[in-house]
Amino acid sequence: MSDHFWRQALAVARRDLDRERHSGEVAWVTIPFGAIALLLVPLAVGINQDVLERIGTGMLFVVVMLFGVLTAVRRTNIETPAQRDAIALLGVDPVAEFTGKSMATAVLLLVFEVVMGAVAVALYGLDLSGWGWMVLVMPLTAIGLAELGTLSGAIAASVQAGPALVPLLVTPLAVPLLLGATQTVESIGGDGGNLSWLILMVIVVLVLAIVGVITARPLQETR
Amino acid sequence: MTAPHPHVDFSGVAVRIGLATILRDVDLAVAPGESVGLFGSNGAGKTTLLRVIATLLRPSGGRAYVLGTDLDSQDRFDIRPRLGLIGHLPALYPELSLLGNLEFSARIAGVPIPAARKALETVGLGLAADRRAGEASHGMQRRVEFAREIMLEPDLLLLDEPHSALDPSAIELVEHIVAGVLERSGAVVLVSHDVARVAPMVTRTAELAGGTVNE
Repeated sequence: MSDHFWRQALAVARRDLDRERHSGEVAWVTIPFGAIALLLVPLAVGINQDVLERIGTGMLFVVVMLFGVLTAVRRTNIETPAQRDAIALLGVDPVAEFTGKSMATAVLLLVFEVVMGAVAVALYGLDLSGWGWMVLVMPLTAIGLAELGTLSGAIAASVQAGPALVPLLVTPLAVPLLLGATQTVESIGGDGGNLSWLILMVIVVLVLAIVGVITARPLQETR
Repeated sequence: MTAPHPHVDFSGVAVRIGLATILRDVDLAVAPGESVGLFGSNGAGKTTLLRVIATLLRPSGGRAYVLGTDLDSQDRFDIRPRLGLIGHLPALYPELSLLGNLEFSARIAGVPIPAARKALETVGLGLAADRRAGEASHGMQRRVEFAREIMLEPDLLLLDEPHSALDPSAIELVEHIVAGVLERSGAVVLVSHDVARVAPMVTRTAELAGGTVNE
């Protein structure tokens, strides 16, 4: 990858993060609603500490996935056709654009995950032993969902289906990430099974990156 | 000595979208140093033609060359940084400042960042640099787009209804930008339905009617 590529990718990521900084979409909408979703679970299933500890990790990643989809939908909506034309005419490398958008969304999702993780620990009293794995699980989940969201957004824009298509594309493809994240954390202290789930997550992230790179140019051209 | 390649060289170009034929049998040549005004009523295909020239829409038929590049080839992507397009609708990011929008363009295009502020000052928006684009008037947003083209210095500038939402001083600015492109041996294609307002900026006019160009 050349300096030119990374300059463009970083410019796109910086633009998206600046836009988020000014709009506060994730900070003031997604995070509070995610926290409320985590708060509603104990109200629905009862304040039974054993139950909450058992379902806590799963709930955390379900909320991360659902709000990750929401973030992906939002990011699809925020670019107008005129803006897409303008950036294409600036000569942006479509792969750099995919990379930059994924980077920005991954940063936002990682912040979201960390805050949700803290909320889940506080609400569900989760056992933190072995949460060192989260250092790997959270970034992998964020990167995978970000790639998936960026890719789905580009597909939705190219077929002019609008944002309605994005959850339909993202949700099923996010299942391996959800399973990988939950099972990695759940199997801590087991027979090393968490490593195989972690490998699954790495494979999903790499496959999405490859698909994103291969399809970036055709998708830019058809939107 | 041979004549320079036209910046736009269209022969028999057609554009079909679905079952509708938007453009048919378009012949158009625009030489370096030339500014061509295309006039036509609403729905005549003016914007579609600009999008084809801008490589944003592929022709369905005919032979189309822009800046010496066949629009049917993959090389068409390489000429995009040499094209400038100011369309109907502002392409700014409303959450970013006016300067932030220009700096983003500069980063993507590899232009030194200080050039963004200088361009903004050229269009008279130096004091409004930190205002968010979403809070700026339509006219100010158009000025920022002109500033972008001043900064990027395209070889071929495409203007869609350039007088829309502009006050008289901004219209002078458009004329200044067009003159600058022509001085660099670039070319300009502008489309409008208002012949009288655009006439001072063009060296030649053509009419777009029924999806084809009549010179």
